[in-house]
Amino acid sequence: MSVEASMAAGTTARLRPDLALIAQWIPHGARVLDLGCGDGALLDYLSRERGCTGYGVEIDDARVLACVRRGVDVIQQDIEAGLGMFGAGAFDVVVLSMALQATHQTEKVLAEMSQVAAQGIVSIPNFGHWYHAWSILMGRMPVSREMPYQWYDTPNLHLATVRDFEQFLARLELSILRRAFLANGRTIERLPGLRATQAIYSFRRG
Amino acid sequence: MTALTVESQRMRFAEPLALASGAALGDYELVYETYGEPNADLSNAVLVCHALNASHHVAGVSADNPQDIGWWDNMVGPGKPVDTRRFFVIGVNNLGSCFGSTGPMSINAATGKPYGPDFPVLTVEDWVHSQARLADRLGIRQFAAVMGGSLGGMQALAWSTLYPERLRHCVAIATAPRLSAQNIAFNEVARRAILTDPEFHGGRFYEHGVVPSRGLQVARMIGHITYLSDDSMAEKFGRALRDNTERAHPGDYRFTFDVEFEIESYLRYQGEKFARYFDANTYLLITRALDYFDPARVAGGDLSQVLAHARASFLIASFTTDWRFAPERSREIVQALLKAGRRVSYAEINAPHGHDAFLLEDPQYHAIVRAYFERVAAEIAGGADER
Repeated sequence: MSVEASMAAGTTARLRPDLALIAQWIPHGARVLDLGCGDGALLDYLSRERGCTGYGVEIDDARVLACVRRGVDVIQQDIEAGLGMFGAGAFDVVVLSMALQATHQTEKVLAEMSQVAAQGIVSIPNFGHWYHAWSILMGRMPVSREMPYQWYDTPNLHLATVRDFEQFLARLELSILRRAFLANGRTIERLPGLRATQAIYSFRRG
Repeated sequence: MTALTVESQRMRFAEPLALASGAALGDYELVYETYGEPNADLSNAVLVCHALNASHHVAGVSADNPQDIGWWDNMVGPGKPVDTRRFFVIGVNNLGSCFGSTGPMSINAATGKPYGPDFPVLTVEDWVHSQARLADRLGIRQFAAVMGGSLGGMQALAWSTLYPERLRHCVAIATAPRLSAQNIAFNEVARRAILTDPEFHGGRFYEHGVVPSRGLQVARMIGHITYLSDDSMAEKFGRALRDNTERAHPGDYRFTFDVEFEIESYLRYQGEKFARYFDANTYLLITRALDYFDPARVAGGDLSQVLAHARASFLIASFTTDWRFAPERSREIVQALLKAGRRVSYAEINAPHGHDAFLLEDPQYHAIVRAYFERVAAEIAGGADER
């Protein structure tokens, strides 16, 4: 089912498009660890609609509070401090949505993700989008819906293109199980390297 | 909002309570207070466990003393994070304490004199068993939540494993799964101060009409240092000198060992105040209960094995500047709960006040507890039976 179809069905209507797509990749009843879980929307949906269990990890006070308000179990922690608190292989799926680009030790985070769960899912903004190239050609750093920051106040440290990221996964010996591309919230098939604003990957070790 | 006036109540237990030490305590009384109204099946009952020097007087104002405000009045009451318009909250004074429940100051029926040093050494688990008996008498089969901070948090944790089916939620704040060597060391300094006070008389000071006041003062002073953070002490006192007319010029040192700095004055004041109302034998007993608390001991140190018996959902919270029970200690509990597959939320509150923060009104801290208890209230209202 496409994101549009599922949103029409209403079940994931209130989820951010990349989360709605991620939710569809997560099996019923899975144990899920959601890193940088924000207000807990994904886990809330997964527990109500898919019988999943699990925890969110979040550093921000307001977001931790939002999780507690909606009854999502949340652990207040900096994901870069390590995932040692979560045992190896303790989860079926570990999710990191639209946060990897803001990590300092991006490689370490991905490596640790592959330890705590059999399957990892990551969504990233695609820096290779044509508009970004156009913006730079015009002499300005790009500002977009997925990356709404000015160059001087952005939390983003490690931006990548779709091809960069796939090479990165390969170098970490993580094999891609599924991939999907979104352009302004809609799935696209053709020329994702140029047209996708977000890319979503599911991967596993080896 | 007008303060809630509360009267304490008393329950007598004739049946002896078997203690961890092998001893038994026969014919004892527990003093408790309640706030809010019980619902039909008492499923909205919340037990609040107290820490070292607190009591059953959790919230509101004592009927017999309008100055006596409950120690957690900012947390428990109408419209407070633990809202007594929804919850029936119970505060109980622990056995061995000096605020009305049977303790070292009580008369031992066998001798006609105060127990003093003959009062049995108690553990956190003993307290929990005594609280469970009180719950039986009150007709509470299952608490909506058992909560506490510091030593109170340890009781809440013990509840979750000793009576897994009797609480839906466990709220443990600024606590630890066991004391560190450093924690025990501080307790031992406090105990030595009391035990070596000439007026302690081997714990039978009541019979001599005296109080080991100096020992209690030092015990309180050292305890108090561990409740505050370095930063909060620096901010509150710094190196400020005590205002004193004996100084030739303001700011001059006096070159004596009398009170010179504000911090000294503050600690002495706290010590003297404490020694006037707290019982020395109780101080020994409660610090020992702290030392002995180690639920993982029976499982070779594996806390997750013990917590795997729990059925409750957990809220664990710690404070960044607490060095008595630092966030790492709470994370040990969280890690064990994760390993045991229990439901748990963990908040690490950025507060400057050290261990004391659990008693203070921090917006993020109170918002988290409020939100959590709203979830608990919603479950009760919905009759939801989560795992």
